[in-house]
Amino acid sequence: MYVAVKGGERAIDNAHAWLAEERRGDLAVAELSLAQIREQLRLSVNRVMAEGSLFDPDLAALAIKQARGDLIEAIFLIRAYRTTLPRFGYSYPVDTGRMTCDRRISATFKDAPGGQVLGPTFDYTHRLLDFKLAADGGEVAKATTATAREDDTPHIASMLQAENILQEEPHSDQEPKDITRRPMSFPSDRATRLQALARGDEGFLLGLAYSTQRGYARNHAFVGELRIGRVPVEMEIPELGFSIEIGEVELSECETVNQFKGSKTEPPQFTRGYGLVFGQAERKAIAVALVDRALRWQELGEDNLGAVSQDEEFVLSHCDNIQATGFLEHIKLPHYVDFQAELELVRKLRANSMTDEENEA
Amino acid sequence: MTTASDQTPRQAWLSVLATADAAQLQGLWHESGFTPEFDWLRAPEVGAVMTRARMGGTGAPFNLGEMTVTRCALTLPDGTVGHGYVQGRDKVKAETVALIDALMQGSRAHILDEVILAPLRKARHARKRVRAEKAAATKVDFFTLVRGED
Repeated sequence: MYVAVKGGERAIDNAHAWLAEERRGDLAVAELSLAQIREQLRLSVNRVMAEGSLFDPDLAALAIKQARGDLIEAIFLIRAYRTTLPRFGYSYPVDTGRMTCDRRISATFKDAPGGQVLGPTFDYTHRLLDFKLAADGGEVAKATTATAREDDTPHIASMLQAENILQEEPHSDQEPKDITRRPMSFPSDRATRLQALARGDEGFLLGLAYSTQRGYARNHAFVGELRIGRVPVEMEIPELGFSIEIGEVELSECETVNQFKGSKTEPPQFTRGYGLVFGQAERKAIAVALVDRALRWQELGEDNLGAVSQDEEFVLSHCDNIQATGFLEHIKLPHYVDFQAELELVRKLRANSMTDEENEA
Repeated sequence: MTTASDQTPRQAWLSVLATADAAQLQGLWHESGFTPEFDWLRAPEVGAVMTRARMGGTGAPFNLGEMTVTRCALTLPDGTVGHGYVQGRDKVKAETVALIDALMQGSRAHILDEVILAPLRKARHARKRVRAEKAAATKVDFFTLVRGED
């Protein structure tokens, strides 16, 4: 039951003024600039762009500053902002085969054409705190360079497909559904799932993906390929009658190769899971690929093992951290009247049961 | 998708302008000394474009997420129409791109190409190469230590 109540305006204003002061912190410490956040907290920026579902590093940096580093709050700000933007249209599907790769590794083929390119990775670091970073103004050694590849880096999947041992990814130009235009409905389709997972909560998807590795809807994934880099975004401009490159986005792409013994409908082969996410965000890209593969059980004729990662209604309805936090956090807001009603009810039930006991005694 | 080789000249210059570094573009534009008069057909506006990708990189399309884009259209006194479409929220950049697009369709195209587009193309190539060269240095060279069967 909702009843309009007034009051608390002064308290709210004062709370927000204090929030602004706390956001700034100690005045003796220099204020963070958006450029500093964008350049030096880039992986936070990437997460906000991916889950905010809007590629704009400067806006994401602003959101992080405003949210005091609370990334879900920052994502909330971006989601709210994007609803104010007119939609100019849809890009052509980006061609990740043309990606300028900063990083490209395969856990399945050592000698993949294009090589194993590590890029700026945390892998193989010792995870020891580096106290040199605690000192200001340390000089950073320049990264080493070597002669760059001229050609595009081929996808690993194309190697396996040549042997016909990897499930094909049927090419089509079918118009995909868009969850920002029409609410999801179930059963959904893979395009809807990949869109929802791309903006889904990294932590939630990480946990789900981990559950598939631990045996809940086990599908034994290899990282066939992981690549991170920039791709051009091309769009048809209606008033020009042709397409132009309107910009560039950084993406993390993960393709898993999964053991598959075959089913009633499919021959033994390797199957695929796919994860594509804005920015350098490989943990998320791998998690999306694992969850995508688990959700494909029906189309591959696998058994439903009752695992949550196979339940698309469960996964898609709960992976959005803005929906989740909105509903979760609303219960802290005033529910005085609802609770008053419950209170009355419990008092009455209690009184009745007391009387019954007395009567029996 | 259009590849660089089959772009028309106008597609090519609009693409170079759209992806140019905003500060460099403004610098070159001011140095070029062009200050054409114009009327807005569509004043600069910020919006979003939904970027798409393909399942498995090559399969059916899906919607990945949006990116911010600024666009505008203007007309020169001789009636030439220029369009500006740029990534991000930069109305000044969109205006500059539209002006250059309009002028590139006229008799002074070769001057603009030389003083603005050529340096932008070079910078774009260099930006890409710097990262590619750093990536190349992180490529693993495998070597075999000892083989068990010997």
